[in-house]
Amino acid sequence: MTAVAATQVIVIGGSAGSLDVILKVLPDIRLNKHTAIIIVLHRKSSDDSPLVELLSYKTTLPVKEAEEKDLICGQCIYVAPSDYHLLIERDHTFSVDFSEKVNYSRPSIDITFQAAAEIYGENTIAILLSGANSDGTSGLQEVQRYQGKTVIQDPRTAEVSYMPQYALNNLTPDEILADDQIADYINRQQQA
Amino acid sequence: MDVGIIRDDEIDLLLNDIVETYGYDFIEYSRASLKRRINRLFTIDKFPSFAELRYRIKTDKEYLKRFVEEITVNVTEMFRDPHFYQELRNKILPALGTYPFIRIWHAGCSTGEEVYSMAILLKEANLLHKSLLYATDINPRVLEFARKALFPLSQMKQYSENYIRSGGKNDFSSYYSANYSLAKFNDELKAKIIFSTHNLVSDRSFNEFQLIVCRNVLIYFDRELQAKVFRLFDDSLEHLGYLALGAKETLRFSSIAPKYKQLGREKIWRKIG
Ligand SMILES: C[S@@+](CC[C@H](N)C(=O)[O-])C[C@H]1O[C@@H](n2cnc3c(N)ncnc32)[C@H](O)[C@@H]1O
Repeated sequence: MTAVAATQVIVIGGSAGSLDVILKVLPDIRLNKHTAIIIVLHRKSSDDSPLVELLSYKTTLPVKEAEEKDLICGQCIYVAPSDYHLLIERDHTFSVDFSEKVNYSRPSIDITFQAAAEIYGENTIAILLSGANSDGTSGLQEVQRYQGKTVIQDPRTAEVSYMPQYALNNLTPDEILADDQIADYINRQQQA
Repeated sequence: MDVGIIRDDEIDLLLNDIVETYGYDFIEYSRASLKRRINRLFTIDKFPSFAELRYRIKTDKEYLKRFVEEITVNVTEMFRDPHFYQELRNKILPALGTYPFIRIWHAGCSTGEEVYSMAILLKEANLLHKSLLYATDINPRVLEFARKALFPLSQMKQYSENYIRSGGKNDFSSYYSANYSLAKFNDELKAKIIFSTHNLVSDRSFNEFQLIVCRNVLIYFDRELQAKVFRLFDDSLEHLGYLALGAKETLRFSSIAPKYKQLGREKIWRKIG
C-alpha cells in the first residue's frame, strides 16, 4: 500500500490537560487513506522523540514528527515539532517556522488551524482541546471562514477548561464534544 | 489576526517587482511563511489595498528596507538547543583546535546571539585568539544590532540556563556588564567577529572555512534554493570541515549528501568526500 496525499485533514490543538485526552482517543481512531491527523500540542520539552513514541504506543497508525517538505499523507498522524510553528504549503507539504511566539506559544494552534484552512478549505476539521491559554480561538474562526468544521471539547470534561471555554465565548462550533465522543466523531467524518 | 488578505498571485507580482527593482530575490522562499508575514505587514502598516502596498514597495526604497526586515524572521537566542552547543564544545572545537588558524562562518546570523555564543565557546576552549568568525546576514539592520553586542538583560536568566546546560562552567554574567535594561557583551568576544551583509540567494562563496553554521535559515527556502545554498556551502568548506544546521534542517536529500557524514544525533555533518 503506497501513501497518497491527504485531501482531508483533522487538526487537533491542545495545551495543558490535553495529552491525556489524545492518549485516550488515539486507540479508537481509524483513518482512511485520504485523511491525515495533525496534532499541535503546547509543551515544555524541546525533545520531540518521546512524544512521538508515546503516541505511537496508542495506535497502529504511523505517528511521525511533521518535518519540513514532508508531503502530508493520508492514514498518517503528524505531530508538530516543539518550538517551531507548523505551516502548510500549497503543494501539501509542511514547512516549519521559527518566528515570534503567538499567544505565548510556539507551536501556535492558531497558526496551524489557519494554515490548514487555507489549503484544505472545507475539508478541514479543527478540534480544540483542554488548555490554560487563549490559543486556537482565532484559528477556529478562520476554519469557519473557509467552511471547514470546528469542534471544541466540552469544557466540563476538560482538565483545564480555559481554552475551550474561551473559544466557546467567541464562536459557535459545529460540535461540542465530551472527550469520549471525539474518536467516534473523527471516524464518522471521513470521506468514504 | 485576520490574514489571508493578499492572494498568492499578488504575492507573485510583488516578488517579481522586488527582484526586478532591487535585486532581492524571495521567489524561491517557502511561500507559507512569506505569505503570512506579508499579510502581517500589510495589516500593521494599514495599507488600504494591495495596489498601494505594491506601489509603495516599487517606489520607496526606505520602505523596501522595512519590508525585507519584516518578512525575514529574525528570532534567535544565545545557546539555543544547549545539546548542539555541547556537541560543539566536546567534539567539534577540539578537532578545530588542531588547526593553526580557525575560520568559521555564521550564515544568517541575525542579531548575533549565535555568533557570540560561539565566541564564548572558543574562548573557553582557549581558541578564540586564533579564530576568525564571519557573521553574515541578508538584513543590514540585524547586523547593526549584532555589532553593538547589546542584548536585553531580561533574557540573561534564560541564556545563562542554556549556557550551563551546554556544559558551561563559568559564571555567565562574567561575559557581559549590565547597563540599565541591556547586557553589553565584552569587547574581547567581538574582536574576532567580522560582520557583513551576504545574501545566500545571490552572493558567492568568499572564503574557505573549517566550520559553517547556518541554522534556521534553510527552513525558509524551497528545495531548489536549499540545493543551491548547499552547493555554496560545499564550495566554501574545507575538506574535513563541518556544516552545522538547525534542529529541523537536514542535508539528507541534497546532492552533496554523499560527500558528508552526520555526526551523532545533532545536525552536524563532516565533509569527508
Ligand atoms: C530565524 S533567523 C536564524 C538566526 C540564528 N541562526 C538562529 O538559528 O537562532 C533567520 C535569519 O536568516 C536571515 N536570512 C534570510 N534570508 C537570507 C538570505 N537570503 N541570505 C542571508 N541571510 C538570510 C534572516 O535575515 C534572519 O536573520
